[in-house]
Order: sequence, then structure tokens, then C-alpha cells
Amino acid sequence: MLSELRTMWEVLKHTFTKAETVQYPEEMPYLAPRYRGRIVLTRDPDGEERCVACNLCAAVCPVDCIALQKDTREDGTWYPEFFRINFSRCIMCGMCEEACPTYAIQLTPDFEMCEYDRQNMVYEKEHLLINGVGKYPDYNFYRVSGMKTASKDKGEALNEARPIDTKSLLP
Amino acid sequence: MPMINVDGQEIEVKKGENILEACLNAGLDLPYFCWHPSMGSIGSCRQCALVQYQNEEDTRGRIVMGCMTPASDGARFSLKAENATQFREAVVESLMLNHPHDCPVCAEGGECHLQDMTVMVGHRDRRYTGKKNTYRNQYLGPLIHHEMNRCIACYRCERYYRDYAGGKDLGAQASHDHLYFGRHEEGILESEFSGNLVEVCPTGVFTDKPFLKQYSRKWDLQSAPSICQGCAVGCNIAPGERYGKVKRVHNRYNHDVNGYFICDRGRFGSGYLNSDLRLDYAGIKNPDGSFFAVHQQQALNTAADWMAGKKVAAIGSPRASLEANYLLRELVGSKNFAPGFSDQEADLMDSIANILQTSMSINPSVKQIETADAILILGEDVTNTAPRVALALRQSVRNKAFELAEQMGLPPWQDAAIRNLAQDQRSPMTIVSAMNTRLDDVASACVSLAPDDIAAFGHAVAAALVGEITNNPQADAAAQMLKMAKNPLIVSGSSMAHQGVINSAAAVADALSQTTSMLSFCVPECNSLGLAMMVADGASSHLKALVKRAAKIDALIVLENDLYRRGDKALIDQLLAGGAKVITLDMYENGTLDQSDLVMAAASYAESQGTLVSSEGRAQRFYPVQSPASERLPSWEWLLRLAKATEHKKLSKIENFDQIVTACAKSSPLFTKLVDVAPLNSFRDRGSKIPRQTHRYSGRTAMNSGVSVHEPQQAQDHESPLSFSMEGLNRDQPASLTPFVWAPGWNSNQSLQKFQSEVDGPLKGGSSGVRLISSSQTGADISSQITQISLKPHQWHLVPMEQVHGSDELSAHTEEISELAGRGFIAIGKKVAEKLAVTEGDGLLVKQDDIECSLEVRILSRVAKNCIGYSAGYAEARGLVAGRLVSLQVDKTWQRSGPEMIASDKAAFQPVVGDGGTRNV
Repeated sequence: MLSELRTMWEVLKHTFTKAETVQYPEEMPYLAPRYRGRIVLTRDPDGEERCVACNLCAAVCPVDCIALQKDTREDGTWYPEFFRINFSRCIMCGMCEEACPTYAIQLTPDFEMCEYDRQNMVYEKEHLLINGVGKYPDYNFYRVSGMKTASKDKGEALNEARPIDTKSLLP
Repeated sequence: MPMINVDGQEIEVKKGENILEACLNAGLDLPYFCWHPSMGSIGSCRQCALVQYQNEEDTRGRIVMGCMTPASDGARFSLKAENATQFREAVVESLMLNHPHDCPVCAEGGECHLQDMTVMVGHRDRRYTGKKNTYRNQYLGPLIHHEMNRCIACYRCERYYRDYAGGKDLGAQASHDHLYFGRHEEGILESEFSGNLVEVCPTGVFTDKPFLKQYSRKWDLQSAPSICQGCAVGCNIAPGERYGKVKRVHNRYNHDVNGYFICDRGRFGSGYLNSDLRLDYAGIKNPDGSFFAVHQQQALNTAADWMAGKKVAAIGSPRASLEANYLLRELVGSKNFAPGFSDQEADLMDSIANILQTSMSINPSVKQIETADAILILGEDVTNTAPRVALALRQSVRNKAFELAEQMGLPPWQDAAIRNLAQDQRSPMTIVSAMNTRLDDVASACVSLAPDDIAAFGHAVAAALVGEITNNPQADAAAQMLKMAKNPLIVSGSSMAHQGVINSAAAVADALSQTTSMLSFCVPECNSLGLAMMVADGASSHLKALVKRAAKIDALIVLENDLYRRGDKALIDQLLAGGAKVITLDMYENGTLDQSDLVMAAASYAESQGTLVSSEGRAQRFYPVQSPASERLPSWEWLLRLAKATEHKKLSKIENFDQIVTACAKSSPLFTKLVDVAPLNSFRDRGSKIPRQTHRYSGRTAMNSGVSVHEPQQAQDHESPLSFSMEGLNRDQPASLTPFVWAPGWNSNQSLQKFQSEVDGPLKGGSSGVRLISSSQTGADISSQITQISLKPHQWHLVPMEQVHGSDELSAHTEEISELAGRGFIAIGKKVAEKLAVTEGDGLLVKQDDIECSLEVRILSRVAKNCIGYSAGYAEARGLVAGRLVSLQVDKTWQRSGPEMIASDKAAFQPVVGDGGTRNV
């Protein structure tokens, strides 16, 4: 009896509080910059595509809505020949962002992707790639990886020693 | 059976096993790097550490290496002891000190043994803050990509390449943490088995270069159990497909055939499958010689019209499946069917098939070849004609070492000790050939003879074996060698194109008259033997006979066969232009196809299923990796539909693939076992078909969404017990249905051990394939007659030299293979070169009858008198016939090829800027 009365009191109390519901879309809710909406592909500080087509996002995607194909630049670095995401399947879980080893995939507060034609929900690389570094202004994967690229020789990556001279007799 | 105790668990072990093998057999996960089941232990990586206790009272124990410790009865071990787990973690931690941060851009990622072992030992953070060692990479040719930074110094590559495969140009350099594995200078790896480095390397130092160009992760590949079509050995392969392309070929373990390794033709020779020159649609020839594409049914109706009530002949193919050949033979009747061999080849194959059935010797599997302790090779360069067999021969000469080891009480896995003990002592191998062969380096004797003399030599050996006097000390020595052996092996084959050589090999085998003697023939194509067995009843025709009848034939069906590779151009022209309507089924543009009136686009081996009979007489089934693209159909399906369209009495009743197999099995007593080759279409494992896709297969809802967001139904496979899906289990099924290997915690190909019944044993699902031929008691009936050819001055015997890269019809269309094949060549001895005043790389005009070829000069160190070799199967040497005489002349217009281009690490790179973004946030 007592608990029922308390419940009624709790409910009726809300009559006097401010409504949480807003009149979307006339009234836009505040979304934090780190809100996990649709993904973008970012560039590194040098302006190159960050995505190295490692396929980890595609593997981790629970609805299997990412497909991509790796291609190689002349200097041996990897990039996606195509990067396709089917947003009509995407559940915006953000696992692709977590899996991405190069910070290429970042989530944005954009979630309003209504289309009359479902085909328009399929985004290719050209739709996803932005001209910016996103949340990680300094990170460049190839600066850390041991691979030789156009901009750095072997041994010039972060925390790397000069290439070993195998003919040297010195210890 | 000895018992050991591991963490309180009693484990039964095999005598002579080591603890690592015992643990893996018991299903325990003990990490390892340098040990390999076929290469034994050297204890170099220190990864398989565990604690051994003296007795029950001993609580401290001591750390030992699992791979170097024999499993003796009553021994006590612990895998889980804290010092053992700490030790293993510390080993990985130190290996990772210098391992670069580039898994995302490493082709090994996702199937990396180092990744698996790192996770298994629980190592996570790199505590050491010092700098990482780096190394310069080398250009190792078009097949292998080198990234030395990733090396963990396990020595597997060197042990495989030098010790196992007999390569000379890859090895360890420098010392301590400067260790480097590469060539003495950049250049193309010489070994024909270099591709196995990709699978042997536990990390990403050596990766598959063609695969890297169109890379997909292992978990994204759709794979199927398949059989290599590169030669007649019948190695089991697992091609991987994604986005409609066959991206790579991996070895598929078959205990009796290829084991862990395949050759480079098998691994890298499937690039032609993705070529633009593949046929997509059926076509009917326009009057101007071009083809216009027609629908499948229209092609069938046209063909049926041409065939109705007319005289129809057909030509089969040694590179098409048994089922397709069978259907074609039934469709037109045995008399009107020619197997599609060249006339020379037809005779050779006929006698090989005959000898194999009547010889008292065993026709050995590749595994059995490894047990041989005395080998006589008659006229064959095995490395180029049956590469995987040559790799097995390299192992069989080590039997001497294992024999010595047994005397010393050394277990066979003590690799370094056994090599040290044996040094250069090998089991004897005598090679009798016209030219250098790639096995000369392990042979105890090499004899250079012309083909006729090789045959005479063989017969002399046979005579010596039955006690006759031969006056030929070399033959006597060979006979003595074979007589002393427990498992003598004679290897010969069709590549000399010489009947006498084949007969003499059979004579030697039968003269040995031991139940353990082995006789192995190398035959030219993946289904040569199967086709020879099919026409063994003698009811079928020959190519030459068909040419004679050309005017009387109304329609001619050619199955997957470029006839211009088989016979004289003039003869084939006569056959194809003889007024008959020519219907061709093939997958690739070729000369025969151009001369046809109707072409039907055939599916490749990666898109169809069928049975092939290997040179061992083993029938094996291959399955499609993908469903046929465009309007292609498997040849057997084209022919089955054609039979329906022509209302063929017998074949119209056949509804599916399994019924073809049953009908084919009934057609000849040789084929009765065909029904046991693979499970029926109705086979289900726990209610499901076997999945071709891994459980991690990604992108299903996005792969096709670029075309349409509406997802199509998954491709259906109505003909096999495999599905184009990730649903179902890939576990414990019959071995012939294993599309890929993966086990929890074991993402790399090392997960194979979870599929094997025991370490290095057959798969849990039994052995794959069925042997159709067994040895007989009668002995082969062979003639010992040899017709000697007399030579005029300036004339030579022309000896075919098959090449791993270049001689095979289809793989030669692969970019990397054609690069390695180089130009067509003529191989001469030093003396001839001096006489003609030519050096290596010059050009020679080779004249034979009315054929003239311009070929590059190669100078060999060992050539039989009056013999010259030519690159068989090369387009430049088209028309040359082995055995006939040729004359040589210096080609004055010859252009030498330029120096080899090497894309070295030092090359200046042009930075490439990515695409501009078009949609900003």
C-alpha cells in the first residue's frame, strides 16, 4: 500500500518538472563533438589518406556493412582502392573506430541520414574522406611503422635505429 | 606405449617422439616457432619451453625445450608451471623488441604465427624503450616480397630453402642481433619452390608478391579444396577468392601427395584465371572472322542443329576433367573421339598407362618416393616436369643420413645433429639424361646420353640386374646400387618423348622383381593419365586418323584443347578448315578457338568441379572456389546440356554431376573406384554443407551494395557438399572436403596440426583421393627394341627441355610466370657454342623440316654428344618436334635482351598524393 502511494507520488511529481522531450527537428538536441554517429575517413597531418586498408574495421563490423580492397602506392604504402560502407545496415556501434589502428575512421555527430532511395545510403570513399585530421591532429601511422615510404627511409621512423650493415664486423 | 605426465595428465606418446610433438598430439597448446614437422627440431627459438621434473618429489624442476627433449616413459613435465609460462612470455617479449609496428600493412596479418604465439603467451606491452633495429629489404623476384624488419630469427626460411629444397641463394648473414636472411645480392630467387617461404616463415618477412597486389585478409577469402592443374603430380591446393577474383593459392595438406609444400608454378601460376583474355560469353563466328556473343541456349541450339543426324567427331583434352572427357566421348561415340594427345604423346601415354597396370613395381605416391634409398632417373629433369616429386627426391637422398642416425640412436627429428653426422653422405641417385638437370647437385652419378642411348642404358641396367654381362660399367654400377637398396625407385617419364626410355624404365623395374621396388612416371598434364586410362580400351581414334577423315566430318567438338600445341600447323589447319563446323569449349583465347565456328565459354578449374587422375594413378576431386562468372559454364555442364539438346539417348537421363561420376565409373573396370573419390552431393556434416567462407568473412552486406543495395541471395552450389556461405562447420569432415584450416587461437596455417590425426600424419578425415592403379603380378610386356637415328654432319638430336615456368600452357599466361620464363631458348654444350661462335644470350635459327625458329642461346655444362635442348611448350619454339633432327645457324638479326631490371630499395620514389575529398563534415 505504502509503496503504491509512493509510486503515485513519484509519478505525479514529474508533472511539475521541465519536459525532456524536444520538438525534433524544429528543435535540435545538443550532441557532444565525440558523439558516435556516422563515420568519416580522415587524413594524416601530411594530407595523405590515413586508411591503410588493413581490413580490421570490416572484420569487426557486427553487421558486415564495410567492404574495401587494398591497393599499393608506388612507394609501397597501402591505401584502399575502394572503401564502401552500407549505412542502411550500419548500427553506429563504433566498433570500426575502435578497431582502426591508424585513427582513420572517426565517428561524427552526424546521424541524420534519411534518404528516399536506399541506394543513396551506400557511401564510397569519396563520400567519407575528409580534408582533415579529426580528433588526432598529430598521428601519422607511417611515421611509427617500420616500412620504408616516400617520405622516410628505413630507420627513420619513430624510435628506430639506422639500418644494420650486415657486412660490418663490429658488435 | 610410453606414457608421460604433463601437469598431472597422463599422455600416451609414440616411441621416438619429442615432447612438443607429444603435447600437440594431446591437443595441448605449446607455442613454437622454429620447429616444423617436416624439418625437425633445432631448438633455436627457445619458445616451446616447459618444466621437466626428476620425479614426483621434485617440485622445482628445470626448464627444457619441448622440441629437443625425447618423450621417455614416465617423464614428468609441466606446461603451466609459472617459471615455464614466464619464460615463454619473456622469449616473445625479446622477439618483439625489434618487431616493427606494421601489422596493419603486413600481408601476414591475420594468419601470422607470431601474432598467435604472442597472444598465446600473453605478452602485451613492450617495456624496453630503446630503438628498434631496422634492415634494408631485397628485391627477390616477382614472386616473393621481402620485409626483413619483421624477422624473428627462427631460421626456418634458411632451413627450408637450403636444407629442405636444396636452394643455394638464400641464407643467414651477419650475427647476433644483426642476423639477416636474404641473398648475397638482390635478384630473383633461383629455387622452383621459393613460394613455400611464404608459408614457412612464421611472420611477414617473406610474403606472396602477386597476392600483395590484390590483397585480402585470410578471413575474407572464400576457399575450396582443389587440385593443382599445373602438372600431373596432383598436389592439393586451396585457392582463395574475393570480389570474383582468385587472389592466391595456398598449399592444402595431403599426407600422401604434397604434404606441406607445393611448387611455384602451382602457387603462382593461377594468375591467368583473372585475365581479360578469359571468355565470358558463348559466341558464333561472323563471316568477317569476329565472334558475336550469344546466349547459352542459343549456342546449344546452334550446336544441336549442326550435330543433328550428321557425322560428329570430338577431341578431348588431358587438361579437362575426367567427367567432361567422358561425356564428350559418350556424346559422339568412342570411334569418333580422339583423346586430344599429340600423336607422339598418345603412344607414350598409352604405354605408360599399360606399364603401370602390368608392372610388378609399386607406382609410388610422393610420400612413398621419400622412402626410396636408391634412385635411378632415366631421361627426366624431374624438377621441371614434376616439381613436387623432385622435392621428394631431395628428401629421399637423405635416407642414408637417417640410417646413420638410427645406428647412433638419434631420433629423426634431431635435424642439426643428423646433418652434422651425415655431412655429404647421401643415398645413391643416378641421373641418366641428355642435359643438366636441377637434381644434379644431389646425384651420386650423372650420365649424359642421347635419348636412344638412355633407353639402351636402361636395358643394360635391366640386363645387369638379371646377371647378364653388359660391358657397361656405369650400368653395372647403377644395377648394383638398385640391388643393394631396400626401396629402389626408378623415375622416368614422357618429357623425352621417347618410347624406348619409358620401356627401359619398366624393364629395370621388373628386373628388380622386388615387391618394394617403385616405378614412377612423370606425365605431361594434370589429367593425361586419366585420359589415357579412358581410351585404354583402344576403341577411340587418334588425332592423325581424324585429320585423314577431316573431309567426311560434319561437325567437330574440341574440348579445352589448343590443337596447335599438339601437332603440325598444316595438319591442324587441314582438320579445322576441312569444312566441318568446329565447336570449341575453352576458357582462354587460343589458335584453335580462333578457327572455330562456335565457342562456348568454359569455366576454369576454380569455377567448376571434376576429377583428375594424377601420375600416381590417384583420382582426386577439385571443387569450385566461386560460381562461374558471366555466362561461363563448366565443360561437363555444357556437354550435358548439349546431350539434352541433341536428345542423346543415354546421356539425357543424367541429371547431375554425381550421376556422371557413377556412369563414368561403370564405363571401364579401371574406373570402378571413381565413386569413392569424394563424398556425394548429399553429404552433410551435422546437418550442414561445409562452408567455403571463414566464420569471420566480412563485408557481406557491402560487397555488392555498390551495384545495388538490395542484397542478392547467396550463390548456391547444387552439385557439391560445399556451400558459398559461412554457415556450417569446417572440422573433422572427409579430407577431400577441407577448404581451409583454422582453429581457435591458431589463425596461421600452423592450425593444420589441429586437423591432423597426429603430428605429420594424415588428416583426421582420412586420406584424400583414391588410387585407381595397383601393381600387378604379371610384369610389363615391353619391347626392348630401339631404333637408332643416324645423324648427318651439322645435325643434332632435338631434346625437349620442360621448364617449370613457361612450358605449361595456362600458367604461362600469368604475368609473373611469363616474366620468369624468359624467351624461348636453345640449349647447347660449350663445344657447339665454340664451333658456332655464339655466347649465352645470342640468337640461333633452328631449322627442322620446314619449321624455322629463332631462339636464345643457353650454354649448359653437361650435354650429351650430338644433342641440343629446346624450351618445350614455349610459343617461340612452337612446331619443333622432339626426336627429329635439326640444323642450327646463327641468327644475324637477333636482338639481345637488355640487362635485368631490378626494383631496388634505393630507387627514387615519386610521392603519390591521395584523392581529394569531396564531401566534408
